[in-house]
Amino acid sequence: MEKEKSHSVTGSKTGIINSGKVITAEKLTKRFGDFIAVDHISFEVSKGEIFGFLGANGAGKTTAMRMLCGLSIPSSGKATVAGFDVYHETEKIKKSIGYMSQKFSLYEDLTVRENIRFYGGIYGLSNKQIADKTQYLAEHLHLTSQQDTLVKSLPLGWKQKLAFSVAIVHDPAIVFLDEPTGGVDPVTRREFWELIYDASEHGITIFVTTHYMDEAEYCNRVSIMVDGRIEALDTPKQLKEKMDCASMDDVFLHLARKAVRGE
Amino acid sequence: MPAVVVKDIVKKYVTKKETVTALQGISFEVAAGELFGIVGPDGAGKTSLFRILTTLLLAEEGTASVDGFDVVKDYKEIRKRVGYMPGRFSLYQDLTVEENLDFFATIFNTTIEENYELIKDIYSQIEPFKKRRAGKLSGGMKQKLALSCALIHKPSVLFLDEPTTGVDAVSRKEFWEMLKRLKAQGISILVSTPYMDEASLCDRVALIQKGKILAIDTPAAISKNFGNKLWAVKAENMFGLLKTLKKWEAVKSCYSFGEYYHVVMKTEIPDGQQIVSYISDQQFKAIEVKQIDANIEDCFMALMQDPNN
Repeated sequence: MEKEKSHSVTGSKTGIINSGKVITAEKLTKRFGDFIAVDHISFEVSKGEIFGFLGANGAGKTTAMRMLCGLSIPSSGKATVAGFDVYHETEKIKKSIGYMSQKFSLYEDLTVRENIRFYGGIYGLSNKQIADKTQYLAEHLHLTSQQDTLVKSLPLGWKQKLAFSVAIVHDPAIVFLDEPTGGVDPVTRREFWELIYDASEHGITIFVTTHYMDEAEYCNRVSIMVDGRIEALDTPKQLKEKMDCASMDDVFLHLARKAVRGE
Repeated sequence: MPAVVVKDIVKKYVTKKETVTALQGISFEVAAGELFGIVGPDGAGKTSLFRILTTLLLAEEGTASVDGFDVVKDYKEIRKRVGYMPGRFSLYQDLTVEENLDFFATIFNTTIEENYELIKDIYSQIEPFKKRRAGKLSGGMKQKLALSCALIHKPSVLFLDEPTTGVDAVSRKEFWEMLKRLKAQGISILVSTPYMDEASLCDRVALIQKGKILAIDTPAAISKNFGNKLWAVKAENMFGLLKTLKKWEAVKSCYSFGEYYHVVMKTEIPDGQQIVSYISDQQFKAIEVKQIDANIEDCFMALMQDPNN
């Protein structure tokens, strides 16, 4: 195999996003020994875009997301997130992004107010900013009367909405959402997506994974990973037309069934 | 004899601070040989129900029987007859695939060979890895092993608690195909899922939310009982359209569904023309409105919003 250049520095030193692209990835690759978890993926995500990142279990989504979040150094290829290089500016990336997963998001033994204060503090917000955010979120999420309730006693749907709001408490350039709506009831799932649309209208870029194929339709563009590669990337409408499928479910099944490797 | 009978079951969790009622007096029956789905989101009470039926948890009120045996009095008999696959992977992580299966076969006084036919279809997919420790398996392989272990004593009723949660669309499809083949072998199956689209794969389903059953019927009958005309609406600028529709006082409900919004009007209209003209007055372009049949998720949301529930 051709020896690849280990990496090259990209991204401006100041972190200003010149092109309007919040993510750029070029031949981004991650190997674990002989196993190529992420295999030369290239794509760009624009400011304010809702970008769906789909793939079967084991396709390489989590590994790719970890590289983009500055948690894992790529084996080769280039990528920038919020204008920062994924090799050398991982700490700056971490400050510029929000992250929310289904499993861990909020401290259950802290109240709503304490969670907002905690995450606001971690991201370096001033006391005034934290107070303003707390009030804004309480009203926006209809949690005013619940501010001093422990998060563990909130219904799951409210937790997830609060977790999302906390993930963007520092107005990041981009927020990564890893299966944010798993197990949530169908009404709350839709309310959650309204929060996503709202954040995107305010210029926050959304990078989201999901197993609900109807949610893939809500994205501006969708990529589908198969065996570490991006097998398809387009608007849901174009993907359906190109593959002559009635729904994103069919598109996904059509592509993901090609997978050779297991999880 | 029905495979499962549940009558007025109430389950409460009492702590110093509060009492949470997980099941608020639910009743249903599962016929022998039926593939019965319990469909609802997290916190609906699905796991409590499964644990009561598998004799791992006691209900405060009500009665239940499995295969004709009472879940309290005859718990030993039930444990011999049911297979249970909990939501969390509960096999021995430091035993190999084969050792786990052998262990479960042995405690049920049987052998892998004796019931191999029943699990062949599923187990053969992980058999190449039988010397691997269970903890080192991928999610999909763990699921297949757990199902094999739940089946190895040839249970008459199989309880599967959210077997497809967090599983991708392809693996979910494969899992349901496995269930259909098991059903064909005469095993009664009670399966829970938070995925509404899986309801249509069951013979009958109970829609459950906050410890209450919203509806029990065949998926087709539930859809048919939707009770309102349902309109699929789309246009350019979908988020703008959502805000517009939600503000329109003639609209009873509006939910996103893939590329469309599903809209119910407060007063039924003969065709979609009224919707088209209203939203085109609001400057929306590329408008499409059509009447459609409700699916299970439409029904679930309508039932959730019904003040009687």
